[in-house]
Amino acid sequence: MLSSQIKSNEIVFGICNKDLLEEIIFYGIGLGADFVEIFIENTDNSSVLAEEDFITNVSPSFGRGAGIRIFKGEKDGFVSTNDLTKHGLMRSVSQAIEMLVDITDNKIEVFNGLNKHRDYSLSKKKWINEVPSIHEISEKLLVSTRSLKKNNKIITRKGSYSRNLQEIIIASSDGTYVTDIRLHQTVGLNVIASDAQYRSSGSRRFGSSGMPNEFRLWDHEKAANDVFESSMNMLYADYVDAGQMPVVLANKFGGVIFHEACGHLLETTQIERGTTPFENKLNEKIAHESVTAIDEGISEGSFGSLSVDDEGMEPEKSVLIKDGILKKFISDRAGELRTGHKRTGSGRRQNYSFAAASRMRNTYIAKGEHSKEDLINSISEGLYCKSMGGGSVGATGQFNFAVEEGYLIKNGKLTSPVKGATLIGEAKEVMPKISMCGNDLELAPGFCGSISGSVNVTVGQPHIKVDSITVGGR
Amino acid sequence: MNSREITTQISKAADFLNLKKWDYGASFSNDYSVQVDKGEAKQLKASQKQILTIRVWNQSNQVGITTTSDISESGIKKALKQANIASDFGNKNETTEFSPLAKDPIKVKEVKKRNPVGIKKLLTLLRVAEVKLIESHESIKSVPYNGLSESFFERIYANSEGAFRSYSKSQAALYLYARAEEKNKKPRSSGSVKLGYGADDIDIESCIKEASKKTISHLNYSFIKTDKYLICFSPESFLTIINAFSSMFNARSIIDGVSLSNKNSIGEQLSTKALNIYDDGLHEKNISSSPFDGEGTPTKRLCLINRGRIENFIHSESTARIFKTTPTGHAGLGSKVSVSPDWIVVEKSEENFDLKTSLDHSTYEGEFVYIEELNAIHAGVRASQGSFSLPFDGWLYKNGNKISIESATVAGDIKYLLKNIVNIESSQEVTTSGISPHIWVDELSITGDA
Repeated sequence: MLSSQIKSNEIVFGICNKDLLEEIIFYGIGLGADFVEIFIENTDNSSVLAEEDFITNVSPSFGRGAGIRIFKGEKDGFVSTNDLTKHGLMRSVSQAIEMLVDITDNKIEVFNGLNKHRDYSLSKKKWINEVPSIHEISEKLLVSTRSLKKNNKIITRKGSYSRNLQEIIIASSDGTYVTDIRLHQTVGLNVIASDAQYRSSGSRRFGSSGMPNEFRLWDHEKAANDVFESSMNMLYADYVDAGQMPVVLANKFGGVIFHEACGHLLETTQIERGTTPFENKLNEKIAHESVTAIDEGISEGSFGSLSVDDEGMEPEKSVLIKDGILKKFISDRAGELRTGHKRTGSGRRQNYSFAAASRMRNTYIAKGEHSKEDLINSISEGLYCKSMGGGSVGATGQFNFAVEEGYLIKNGKLTSPVKGATLIGEAKEVMPKISMCGNDLELAPGFCGSISGSVNVTVGQPHIKVDSITVGGR
Repeated sequence: MNSREITTQISKAADFLNLKKWDYGASFSNDYSVQVDKGEAKQLKASQKQILTIRVWNQSNQVGITTTSDISESGIKKALKQANIASDFGNKNETTEFSPLAKDPIKVKEVKKRNPVGIKKLLTLLRVAEVKLIESHESIKSVPYNGLSESFFERIYANSEGAFRSYSKSQAALYLYARAEEKNKKPRSSGSVKLGYGADDIDIESCIKEASKKTISHLNYSFIKTDKYLICFSPESFLTIINAFSSMFNARSIIDGVSLSNKNSIGEQLSTKALNIYDDGLHEKNISSSPFDGEGTPTKRLCLINRGRIENFIHSESTARIFKTTPTGHAGLGSKVSVSPDWIVVEKSEENFDLKTSLDHSTYEGEFVYIEELNAIHAGVRASQGSFSLPFDGWLYKNGNKISIESATVAGDIKYLLKNIVNIESSQEVTTSGISPHIWVDELSITGDA
């Protein structure tokens, strides 16, 4: 018997589950659902930690589960379970529909069966055998942490690696039937430097999607030099004086500010909540004309790239802002249903226990025409933010970001390093103040936590100049 | 499978694989939650989860670990095999053992486990709460962040030497974050969170009142001038800062070189003698209490700061062995075992003569900044360096009036903050993360937009 002909009472990865999935969807539609979506995943993850010159943690983990989402009108019920049997999945469908019973009408939708299977996993099944072994990872991490030991001021050295392999099945009552395999690898280096009462830290993280060989190609020596130099530059830095000033934000991870402060406000979940100031600003100017911003899921190997989103749609390249004009929102299925903005292949979730929501993928400000030096030379007194830490955005749009590595700008030149800086502002007010964009666009990987859990993203930008922003300090 | 059956299953599979020494932690949960939007159900959610973490020791006494959500017979065997493979990479320099206290009797509080009220009732309760909150003030236009949930879970720890612990409980949570708008002003937002053993235990009315009062109190706002200010930390914000710098009391962090303390810091004077800090996971007000930690060590009350001096560190089995003491019940299961506090209790010690007791947040008429809530902790705290720069919600009090502060951060150094405590109010308040009175600190930097 061919594997595709096996009939099973349980979801089994690696074979065709079409009959069982159709049976479950028919069951949900028969009970009165307007729409039924089944998301099933099987994960095989590993993480390795090197501290100083030893491996101190190797943690494999496995998981499998299903998330069932039922729509009735604009409302949805979501149930997640580890039980992948026919009985378990049908029970979850019943549970989700029962939750919506108050708003059930007598209308019965039509389900014509699943469409042709779209299998994005065919060329990816070999990945699990191509990724580096724990032994290989451990060796390279140890070489990396040894590379960080460049002087006796470095008191703590860490290297960490994680690999997530996720196999997914998506089936829904609009006929969607998709399978895929996703691979994400990330590696980070951290140091703490100390000298008498002075302390500093440095960290960098690198990541990729797909590309099983990427960790082998990672230039650990360059990464270690970068982290070491950052920690040394900041070791004796003074605290920055607080105030309003022009700033230049470096490329790569500097893009985290756009991601947090503006990108989230362009997700349809924010329109649903009524918490974005940009809701009625489509085709209006919301940023300086030098700003064009993009969100896409298609850059090969980038941490936020996908073959297909968590609702079975291929990701598109969305120009969010063109020359300062708002052009598009980032939308998922619920977003399209509730706000009217067309889906963009941005329905994402951390895992089966979350319902998908509109989330960013690779989000960046497009490159401009200036050099980094042009930006710095244009400032008589200000701050250069070479490396950004994390940040947050409040419920009414104010953002705060820590500057991990900063330098004062005086008379168009970089001068002394400063620490303790925080950038404070509001997207609506800061976006029109991005007056210059550099020509050196680069992306950096990160993790974004929001309504549907933590997802892999990239942020990015060229060097940009903000004419004035509040810098918190001492 | 129930908890005893899982233990038997793991024991059989370990025998089959010739693994002599193992332990595991497991959790099983059923969660139900609802969100509403202007009186309508928005998302209704239910989840059933199971997580099993298994550690095995190989013949060289190195530890390997695996986590899985598959607790079938084959899933357990696979997890044991993978943990065994991982044990080849176990840390040879710092071994982990079973907790010597894993079989000690545990103090089990009265089990406050409630029955589920069900999604329908959760939805009804939340709909009513949303309407009441919106109707509480004309400026409150919506409650964009809201949720009511109930969870039912069981936790287990067992090992190959016969230790076996299990407990089950229920917990419910309500959060309401309102958004208020007035003409020609920026939208303002604030809210409240309440926990209970079950949905019927949650004081919904007080959550509505608190969310409304807080939100309205921020309607009139102003930017603040960048300067140094006398600060009054709310109980919640002071607990936030203590938890953010809890690595000062954490033996794991000390060994890893990421703490401001070192092995010899016991006895170090960190703050005014008027300050006592305890970790008390079993406190009767701690809804999330657990009678044992990830290694099966009983949870207990532990004094961290006594009259301003560091009294104890929190430990796992391995850190306690290195420090030549006993585990304190603060471990999380892992091949590298994590250590974290449970429930911080801050109080005024008997040696409080040098406090400026005239500083009382409800009566003091001089100028001060009241910090209600600190935000962006993950971004603004450098625990290994002792510094912080954090956005906050709060008010500037001046001449008996208060006005909400717009877009500001407070920055400083934790050791400076603790040394500059000028008053600890007498009355303690229970929060979702611990208990503390209001704490006054002199001369902290605030950056504003004015």
